[in-house]
Amino acid sequence: MGTSHMSLLRATGLAVGFGGQPLIEGVDLHLNAGECVALIGLNGAGKSTLLNSLAGLHDPMAGRVEVEGRPLTELSANERAKRIAMVLTGRPQVGLLDVRTLVALGRQPWTGHFGRLAAKDLDRVQNAMIATDTLPLADRAVSQLSDGEAQRVLIARALAQDTAMLLLDEPMAFLDLVNRVRILRLLRDLAHEQHKGVLLSTHDLGSALELCDRIFLVHDRQLWSGTTDEARTSGFLQRAFAVEGLQFDAGTGSFRSV
Amino acid sequence: MPARVPWIIAFLLCVGIVLFVLHLCIGPVAIPVDEVWSALFGHGSSTTIRIIHSVRLPEAITATLAGGGLAACGLLMQTLFRNPLAGPSVLGLSSGASLGVALLMLAVPSGAAVLPAFGVGLGAIVGAMAVLGVIMLADRRMGDGVALLIIGLMIGYLCSAVISVLQVASSAGALRGYILWGMGSFTGVVPGRMGWLMVPVVMGLLGAFWLVKPLNALLLGEAYAASVGVDVRPTRSRIMWITGLLAGTITAFCGPIAFLGLATPHVARGLCRTSDHAVLMPVTILTGAVLALFCDLLIKLPGVGVGIPLNAVTSLLGAPVVAWVLLRGKRWARAT
Repeated sequence: MGTSHMSLLRATGLAVGFGGQPLIEGVDLHLNAGECVALIGLNGAGKSTLLNSLAGLHDPMAGRVEVEGRPLTELSANERAKRIAMVLTGRPQVGLLDVRTLVALGRQPWTGHFGRLAAKDLDRVQNAMIATDTLPLADRAVSQLSDGEAQRVLIARALAQDTAMLLLDEPMAFLDLVNRVRILRLLRDLAHEQHKGVLLSTHDLGSALELCDRIFLVHDRQLWSGTTDEARTSGFLQRAFAVEGLQFDAGTGSFRSV
Repeated sequence: MPARVPWIIAFLLCVGIVLFVLHLCIGPVAIPVDEVWSALFGHGSSTTIRIIHSVRLPEAITATLAGGGLAACGLLMQTLFRNPLAGPSVLGLSSGASLGVALLMLAVPSGAAVLPAFGVGLGAIVGAMAVLGVIMLADRRMGDGVALLIIGLMIGYLCSAVISVLQVASSAGALRGYILWGMGSFTGVVPGRMGWLMVPVVMGLLGAFWLVKPLNALLLGEAYAASVGVDVRPTRSRIMWITGLLAGTITAFCGPIAFLGLATPHVARGLCRTSDHAVLMPVTILTGAVLALFCDLLIKLPGVGVGIPLNAVTSLLGAPVVAWVLLRGKRWARAT
């Protein structure tokens, strides 16, 4: 799938990392509208760096990134922000912000110099909170939310940014099973129903295989990409996650000891 | 915006106006409000007119500008460094200004004698801007808010050390002059020089309002700010230039005023229960002006505080506020 669609995001020959040795190199990937892609890899494999490089927050070491056919480097920070919204890893300390104000920060690329919200902006904020089921939390302080609620609010903020693409760095970290599935379902529905391109990094391989359309797997400084079915059958996952005493079961997407 | 914010702003405006008028009435000679009013428009006895126009009005205006300006500085820096304990003194700006003044008053005592107020002012601005230059160079190399805060603290220690050395080597008269400046005062601006304080401070305050939107984005951290379209690096240097302009100018004319910059944003957050800068910026500036007028009024009240240094009062009020903020727990302490 995918090649007939126009790609929202395309990377060619991308190498990302800090300093001398790239963490990942030779990356060729694309992200289409309406698909939900999971980025999988071990800790320190460079998933966050790759996401930040794709979003223009980190300069790649080599290669190029194109957003809707235009080189990422030619876009201003504001033009970038109108196309790519991010949910970064971890939970930011936001002091006394209430939920609605935080979600409204997503409107910044679209508002004027002083950030005054027009009727249309308030509308988008409202819709983003409805889509993420965070409307009942609107007047709560962000610092008082549970981790699951806070994550949905951060996704609402990204949605309010009204971009074609959502890039999320471990949006399911620290969440319990129920909330993990809930967040991933939400992201998949956003991709399929609102026709957004969603790319998320995660360690939850089982849920990703079940709910995402495609998998990007970072292993040994390379990026493998394929549909979830290909991921199950190609044997790549088994090789990537070959650990002594553990065997990867592609059918369930989980490990069992041998 | 919380519904009570307009009420808070109206309340602060009223308190500010009352304190401002009290400032004009209270002093060694008590002047009734109606006489103050006519003196403002040039009526009444020439002595009263002179007291109001050359002493009390400049002092009240200085307190208002300095309080508002330092409070805005504190808010800008607390957001920039995502640290509730950031303030003009923490970034080393006040220390740099003090060093500039110390160099002029202690190392070249004749220089300060030739150009009393003006020389001191210039020394402070040059000192604050020099520290700012070092900080911005460090910023270019590191690009990390916390490391920058530590560099600022170290610069503060370095400046204090140099000032101590200068103090040992200086004459008693020069030392006295420097120590008096260091106690802080809103009485140092003569009417003819008001523009030198007013123009930079008003420019700095307008600049602070100009940055309300990126400041809000920075609440989520620099990476999120970049992801919503903020050019983080130029924004950071704009914030630092405005901070340097405000802190340098105010320190030049009033001495290094303790705690107003650090404590006032916390009071404003406590009043409004929000971190939204569109609300916080005006409330912080108003609160700073009110607190400065209040502190200065305390040391002017006959029989109460005459002779007490301004810095003693701001510290007595400010230190408990900061301690209270920390004791209220993590949520408040991190309310940057």
